[in-house]
Amino acid sequence: MNFIPNLKTVSQNPQRLAAGHRLCPGCGIGVIVKQILTVTDQPIITVNATGCLEICTSAYPQTSWQIPWIHSLFQNSAAVASGIDAALKALERKGKLKQKPKIVVFAGDGGTYDIGLQALSGLAERNHEVVYVCLDNEGYMNTGYQRSSASPLGAATTTTPAGKKIPGKQTNRKNITAILAAHNIPYVAQASPHNHADLMLKAHKAFKAKGVAFLNVFSPCPTNWKSAPALGMEVAKAAVETNFWPLFEVENGKYRLDYEPKERKPIDEFLKGQKRFKHLFKPENAELKNRLQAEVDTRFAEIKQLSQM
Amino acid sequence: MQKILNGNEAVALALKQINPDVFAAYPITPSTHIPEVFSSYVANGEVDTEFVPVESEHSAMSACIGAAASGVRAVTATASQGLAYMHEVLWNASGMRLPILLANANRALSAPLSIHGDHSDSMSQRDTGWIQLYADSPQEAYDLTLQAYLIGENAKVRLPVMVCFDGFETSHLSTNVEVLEDKVAKDFVGEVKTLNPLLDLENPVTYGSYTNPDWFFEMRRSQHEGMQNAQKIISEVGKSFGKISGRDYAEPIETLEIEDAESVIVIVGASSGSATEAVVKLRSKGKKVGMLRVRSFRPFPFEAVANALKKAKRVAVCDKTMPAGGVGGPLFAEVSAALLANNLNPKVVNFIYGIGQRQFSPTHAEEIFAKLEEKDCERINFVNLRE
Repeated sequence: MNFIPNLKTVSQNPQRLAAGHRLCPGCGIGVIVKQILTVTDQPIITVNATGCLEICTSAYPQTSWQIPWIHSLFQNSAAVASGIDAALKALERKGKLKQKPKIVVFAGDGGTYDIGLQALSGLAERNHEVVYVCLDNEGYMNTGYQRSSASPLGAATTTTPAGKKIPGKQTNRKNITAILAAHNIPYVAQASPHNHADLMLKAHKAFKAKGVAFLNVFSPCPTNWKSAPALGMEVAKAAVETNFWPLFEVENGKYRLDYEPKERKPIDEFLKGQKRFKHLFKPENAELKNRLQAEVDTRFAEIKQLSQM
Repeated sequence: MQKILNGNEAVALALKQINPDVFAAYPITPSTHIPEVFSSYVANGEVDTEFVPVESEHSAMSACIGAAASGVRAVTATASQGLAYMHEVLWNASGMRLPILLANANRALSAPLSIHGDHSDSMSQRDTGWIQLYADSPQEAYDLTLQAYLIGENAKVRLPVMVCFDGFETSHLSTNVEVLEDKVAKDFVGEVKTLNPLLDLENPVTYGSYTNPDWFFEMRRSQHEGMQNAQKIISEVGKSFGKISGRDYAEPIETLEIEDAESVIVIVGASSGSATEAVVKLRSKGKKVGMLRVRSFRPFPFEAVANALKKAKRVAVCDKTMPAGGVGGPLFAEVSAALLANNLNPKVVNFIYGIGQRQFSPTHAEEIFAKLEEKDCERINFVNLRE
């Protein structure tokens, strides 16, 4: 791979998402989408699941999209993308395809981990030539932060509030990246927008993959995490420095850990700036916080071990 | 050229002649045979179609949306739970004005589980904004499949089309089907007519945008107009199909002995065969009876129906789905409203028949005509049912 993401070079590529969208200040989504769509000069068709990105970029009669874009429903973006891929294949067979665009799906963690998992699994098993990007902000943010299966242990959400008896979400987040890796698809990766070089290199690899590529990208949500909008990228960085969000990839079945902090920071460093975790710092919730720390360390050790195989 | 085909095989053959670009399907009885037969066309290189073996009906219709929005012809086949599972996606397809084709082998909905035929699946999708055409035989299933894209893709319509035919009674009935030569069928169907496809990369379009109360209503109204326009387009396409096949579909209804009929059975689908036999038998005895079969349920041909019934004294509207707390079954409600709107006031009675494919023979149709003449006949009656 001789691609080095060079901002000067990629900035020459067409801007696919126009400025002037309605995403919140400090939101990771716009940054992630722009970073991913900028790495290629190939034409792109975008499929968008229902969610923040869709709502904030498509309010009729305006659109922020400078490329062909379709939103159908919440859980079916992988299936819609399958249909587009099938259309391209049929037209190619008939010799009627002038230029083959890449297909990119953007869906949130709700549309990926929860309601869209079946369609995504189908897409992966059939190995359509599609880049599927999960914008993981750990919950249903467009509707005010209900818990999803990507919400971490202990998080206070509107459906797992930090109550007197039950202090936030009681179960661990789902390991969706491992689930996709288990489909043995060409390319699976986890990334974070604070490390744009890493994210853009992974996007580049995803575009080159012969079949499905899955990118799970950590997307800060200051609005619902109740963190400072100006520090969105700092929170993302803390997620990586604490090993909460490991940067790794699985290329043709081979795991590779792309970044390991010299000294793993305690999980408090990630939790502290976000009011959704405020209750975890109370003495009575110390054990819950310890459980979260243990879970983070276990998952990281697992990836490290897999990448040494 | 005649071939012995069942309804599923007839639809599959029509699809082969259409050579659509994308066929996305999930197996379900009694329509499974369609993707099976079509897969053999794909495997043997007889079509250019990309077959997408999706993991659910929800994804089948979603894949059709992706393909149709790209600007190609997309099709699926399903029945019963499969159609119900597609429900929200059906709204989405019609809302985005995508002329997708869906072949539905009508089957009952669970619970209790029944794999057998009735109209509860497609009738419960009648408000999804899809054109619904109901065939009475493998022949009509074949003919309507060939006409579907020409109706849906018309610039004045731009709506998806559902071709419905009775599970087992048509899907599995092997009979003589008059089929067109491949070239004649292909020339009739022609090339896909696209409008704002995603694949027009030079002119990017935004599909499925978010709307606020200031625009949503106008879009629904425009969809309604497409459905209204479909009445005329269905007739035009049906007429031109008649020219190449000798089977004219210019009328959205089919009638039998209706001109001077005092008692008329109004029905949809394959059971019109039993009603036909009853009419022929009773006519030979001098009874003034007739039959009206509705082929296009959406759009509902209210003027044609009222016009055909203007001399009738008694109308037996036969529904193959339960009223579910309504004034009667869906056909009963439509026919009653069509009569009322045209200031016609015959006696109108609802007969529920064939639920879960309960037998509906010519004798049962005769019983309907007899019951219709009873003075204190209930509004809703059940045919061939244990008390």
